[in-house]
Amino acid sequence: MLYFSKIRIIFITLISLFFIIIASSNLFRFSYEILNKKINLGLDLQGGSYLLLEIDNDPVIEQKLQNLTLIIKNYFKEKNIKITSFKLVDQTLLFASDENSKQTILDEFKSEESKLNPYYQRFKSHQLDITEENNFFKVSYSKQGIINLKTSSQDQALEIVRRRIDEIGTNEPNILKRGNDRILVELPGLDDPMRIKSLLGKTANLTFRFVTNSNDDSFGAERLAFEDGSEEAIVSKRIILSGDNLLDAQPRMNSENNETVVNFSLDRVGAKRFGKATSTGIGKRLAIVLDGKIISAPVIRDTIATGSGQITGGFTFQSATDLALLLRSGALPAPLNIIEERTVGPDLGQDSINAGMIALFIGFILVILYIFVKYKIFGIITNIALILNLFILVGILTIFEATLTLPGIAGIILTVGMAVDANVLIFERIKEELKNEKNNLIAFDSGYTKSRTAILDANITTLLAALILFFMGSGPIKGFSLTLGIGIFTTLFTVYFIARLLTVLYVSKNKEKISLI
Amino acid sequence: MIAFNKYYNKFNILSVSLVIISLLLLTFKGLNFGIDFKGGTLIELRSTDTKINVSSLRDNLSQMNLGDVSVKNFGNETDFLIKFENNENKNVIEEIKMNLDKSFGNNFNFRRIENVGPKVSAELLRSGVIAISVALFLMLVYIWIRFEWQFSLGAITALFHDVIVTLGVFSLLGLEINLSIIAAVLTIVGYSMNDTVVIFDRVRENLRKYSDIKIFELTNISINETLSRTLITSVTTLLALLSIFFFGGEVLKGFSLAMIFGVIFGTYSSIYIANTVLVRLNVSQKTVLREDKN
Repeated sequence: MLYFSKIRIIFITLISLFFIIIASSNLFRFSYEILNKKINLGLDLQGGSYLLLEIDNDPVIEQKLQNLTLIIKNYFKEKNIKITSFKLVDQTLLFASDENSKQTILDEFKSEESKLNPYYQRFKSHQLDITEENNFFKVSYSKQGIINLKTSSQDQALEIVRRRIDEIGTNEPNILKRGNDRILVELPGLDDPMRIKSLLGKTANLTFRFVTNSNDDSFGAERLAFEDGSEEAIVSKRIILSGDNLLDAQPRMNSENNETVVNFSLDRVGAKRFGKATSTGIGKRLAIVLDGKIISAPVIRDTIATGSGQITGGFTFQSATDLALLLRSGALPAPLNIIEERTVGPDLGQDSINAGMIALFIGFILVILYIFVKYKIFGIITNIALILNLFILVGILTIFEATLTLPGIAGIILTVGMAVDANVLIFERIKEELKNEKNNLIAFDSGYTKSRTAILDANITTLLAALILFFMGSGPIKGFSLTLGIGIFTTLFTVYFIARLLTVLYVSKNKEKISLI
Repeated sequence: MIAFNKYYNKFNILSVSLVIISLLLLTFKGLNFGIDFKGGTLIELRSTDTKINVSSLRDNLSQMNLGDVSVKNFGNETDFLIKFENNENKNVIEEIKMNLDKSFGNNFNFRRIENVGPKVSAELLRSGVIAISVALFLMLVYIWIRFEWQFSLGAITALFHDVIVTLGVFSLLGLEINLSIIAAVLTIVGYSMNDTVVIFDRVRENLRKYSDIKIFELTNISINETLSRTLITSVTTLLALLSIFFFGGEVLKGFSLAMIFGVIFGTYSSIYIANTVLVRLNVSQKTVLREDKN
């Protein structure tokens, strides 16, 4: 255990120097690109917002089943089968037929090549489950059907969320999928997440629909409230235009009455439909509906064939800007709910960094002093190893540009406290060996050898705990397990290479000395 | 040599009573779960006006229909921590901001806002419990591979003791259990194991070395031989933890406190619990010889 070849000594020195330089690159700027890596600060240290959004897929499922009603009706009409009594209860579509066509309907749904009920070829499971009882059918989404629906609405929602956040222009946002119905948004440096929260909370489902006077509209009608809550109006369910037809939307100041408005332009299909609707509907009111609330319902005075228009609605400049942004980035497939939020202001972040650094510094000094008092010359060796341990640990975090959190700093401080353990085990063992062995070299050698299993066991147990935390913990806690886990490896390296090398150099020079340790 | 083994019985009685008291506390008093596990909203405020105090803030917020609101100082006189249960109102934070600005003037800095929904808090609690259980199980497996089953049982008994008594202290003092406490408990598990394993390693070595010494004496010899290491490591770890506790800021207080208790209990249990299990199971030279044959 006590022999080091020259090459090894050079190698250890180089590695130590390398990490000292890398670790220092957090403090200084080097002119080499490769050395300009930096540790990322977690949201708890640099300030920022962490938002966990959950997609509410229930309305989507209901909407899809609702759409299915017409498809099923028409599909079986061609086969001269009459389907009656459609009803939607608890995300299950109910309908009835006569006794004779019962089997045909079940076969149509359960066939492997069913057009009504796809997916079987790909997933070995149908999109829909069907059960029958007394000629009454119950159709609902199968497990696979739900998974596919959730995945696709998550993909769409992720895209829309990204567009909205990019439009606001925060720096380096992190937008990730979580499970199959959640989206994680991390916004570093964001002081006030109010605006983003309100923008992400809106589905932004825009429709243009006529206001009717009665309920006997052939498409059905519904009573909707105005955005400002002032009044209500009955609006047809027939959609003239939707947000999908928008090409662009911008906030503008109307020079005539100094009102802020949102100008929009439509695609070709939208422009055609808008032109037709405005020409046939002169004198009628056209309601502009966003997420089930009427923004405004102007009276059509003229045919608008240019494919562009204006939304009024008593906007402030801010609200017009936000509406334009929402319309530009598109509608979410389903409503999003914020189910977890953690926001740290920048000054608390800075306070945490300061507190963490002071704690690290003081903890470090205390441990170093204690070890020096306990072991004198070998204490110095242990302390040199400890300092290099810190550099290597910070260096590794820097190379991987890992994220440092406040619990992460706690992990580093704890590593400082526990890192000396291995050296203590070794030195205590050497002391014991020296009681029966007069030859210093032999005693040191067997001290290293005999303490090895205990050191290994002790570190593996801590590593196990760190690994579990890393895989099961969330956010800042992950940062703790990361520094604690890496700390174990850097500790073993510094103990077995650096501290041992220094011990060997010292002992071989003073091997005749009595009471060496 | 200190005769630790003279007090094996006394400390065993003490430990059993501590565990029973802790379990009673956990059953009847329960734990003070923070919003991570209970759900709800937490706001950390700093005021620039020193006249604003806890009671004026509490009076103001209690008019807002927030349910059960808790307001207390956080670290110093001008920092406050406000907590309330889950609220249906999505704009509640905005409304609180407006309300406070209206009543006290624009004197607040919202330093931290955390809001955890009921679904997420239930998931966090579940994954925390799973993490601790998996950790205990893996430790059991590891030590079972490395040692004979008697040692495994001794180490696990010590682990359960440390975790239960630490949680008991948290219940007794009403300290908040949040995500960082789970991290602390897991680290305690690692530390306690680490300490136990070092002594066990020596017990096993001594079982091979001395063929005629009974386990009662042998554990005492082993504890004494490793004692200075046990103490030095505990001291350095505690120095680091005390430094976090006093200087690391309010956020890490709970974490470092749990760890400090854990390290103290962990050190105690590796001496007085893990070893006494070996004694009570009558571990002998045969136990390790059988292992060697395998």
